[in-house]
Parts: sequence; structure tokens; C-alpha cells
Amino acid sequence: MKVNVYVTLKPGVLDPQGKAIHHALEGLGFGGVADVRAGRFIELDVADGTSDADLDAMCAKLLANTVIENYRIERP
Amino acid sequence: MKTAVIVFPGSNCDRDMAVALEQVTGKAPAMVWHRESQLPDGVDFIALPGGFSYGDYLRSGAMAARSPILRAVSDAAARGVPVLGVCNGFQVLTEAQLLPGALMRNAGLNFVCRTVPLKVENSQSLFTAGYGAGEEIAIPVAHHDGNYFADAATLDRIEGEGRVAFRYADNVNGSARDIAGVLNDAGNVLGMMPHPERAIDRAHGGTDGLRLFEAALGVLA
Repeated sequence: MKVNVYVTLKPGVLDPQGKAIHHALEGLGFGGVADVRAGRFIELDVADGTSDADLDAMCAKLLANTVIENYRIERP
Repeated sequence: MKTAVIVFPGSNCDRDMAVALEQVTGKAPAMVWHRESQLPDGVDFIALPGGFSYGDYLRSGAMAARSPILRAVSDAAARGVPVLGVCNGFQVLTEAQLLPGALMRNAGLNFVCRTVPLKVENSQSLFTAGYGAGEEIAIPVAHHDGNYFADAATLDRIEGEGRVAFRYADNVNGSARDIAGVLNDAGNVLGMMPHPERAIDRAHGGTDGLRLFEAALGVLA
């Protein structure tokens, strides 16, 4: 079973990489971009029937650093 | 005095740390591989060195913080054994939740590698007792992910508890409130981005790092 995990910076946490990407987009002539936030996408292939609690624990214990990041789990 | 340096795949300051510890204690530290689950019996001081453990995969220090030896380090820290994390070692300590906050990409996005002035904020800890309060010292930094972050409540708390050990006199990486080094609540765990082990010999251009090791290892006592 494929599970998608999206890890994003919490609101209010400065994102220097997002800022740099934003600058580069402007440099390429793409105006009208208000803000860019960079995150991480992780695809897990887990046993069918893996519980929500286990997936949540995987995110909280390793995949995201909850001091600075939020995560969202997307099941098929 | 029995010291240990934890070695991860990708550590690259482990030998510098070993040289510093041996210079001060007269005895070579045990070099402990990350796959070990136990520290040497009776270890008095543990150092987590700089480098790029596990290639900084996922997040700097994230994989190392979940390696088997970190459970033993965490247990030792809880018993009061002094633990010093430098650079990547600091990142590992925050990822292991032995210290608050996180270290993010430098605000200027550049890898910063130079000797910087630091202000000694807390000169009462076991690591910093060799410095004067407010003293300015020169210690090299070399990092890409040294931008210290914690939420405002956490920053207020650690400042209020005197747990900011060092601040950058000139903020080189965007760190919140210029924080360069943080202590745990018991005061026996210190994480810092600057490298005191790179300032222990006049040939390094300065010896301001030496007093940290002398204080922590009891040589000044």
C-alpha cells in the first residue's frame, strides 16, 4: 500500500530555501508569486492494514521534526 | 577521567575532538561507533563531533539521533554525565530532543566557515566556568545548518533559565536571538555550532576553545 507523507514547515518558521526559490522565480520573470514555502514529499510502501497510529508514529518520531514541521498523511 | 567520542558515518571532526580531549586529559578518548548500544563503563564525558552524519539525509542529525548509541548517550545524560555536541553534534542533540529547538538552513543560504566572536552568556555552567561573564571569545564556525530556531515561548524559557551558553556577537546564520550554544535544563548537556576543538593550539590562530575543555574536564578545579 502506497502512503504519501507531506512534510511542511510550520507557519511562522522562516524558510530561507523557499525565499531563494522565490527570488529565482522572479529572476526568471515569473511575477505575481507572493510566497514560496519548500517542503518534503515522502512515499512509503507499507504493508496493507498498517494502522493510522503506526503511520502517525513514523511521522512524529522520524519523518518530521515537529519542532519546526507539520506533516500530513495521505492514504490511497 | 574517561572520555568518549561518538563516531557516525560522515563524522569528520571526531579526530579533532579526540585530540582536544587527549590534550586536556592526557588520555585518548574511546571512539564509539554509532552501532554500539553501550558506552564504555564509567565514562565521565561524552562528545558528539561535527561532520555530516548519514550525509545529512532527511535533516541534519536526524538519522544519527535515532542510532543505537544515542539511547545510551541519552541514558548517560539523564544520569548527569556531561555531553558536549559540536556543530553536527548539536544538531543530533536537538533531533534527539536532549536540547530544545532545531537547527535550520543558514538564513543567508551560505556555508559559513570562519572564526567568529562569541559572547559568553552563561559563565556558571560546567562547560563555561573557565570564561568570564560577558567575555568575548573567538571560535571558528563551519556549517550550513546553524540557524537556531525555537518558538518564542521556548526562547523566553531558556533565556530566563540561563540556558543560553553563547551568543554570536555578530549573527552569522540568522539564529534566533543570536543563540550559538544551548544548555539542557540540568546544565550537563551543551550543544553549540562553533568548534571549540578547533581553537586549542596557538597554531589554530587562537586557544579560546581550550578553556571549555579544561572547565568541563575538571582541570581547572
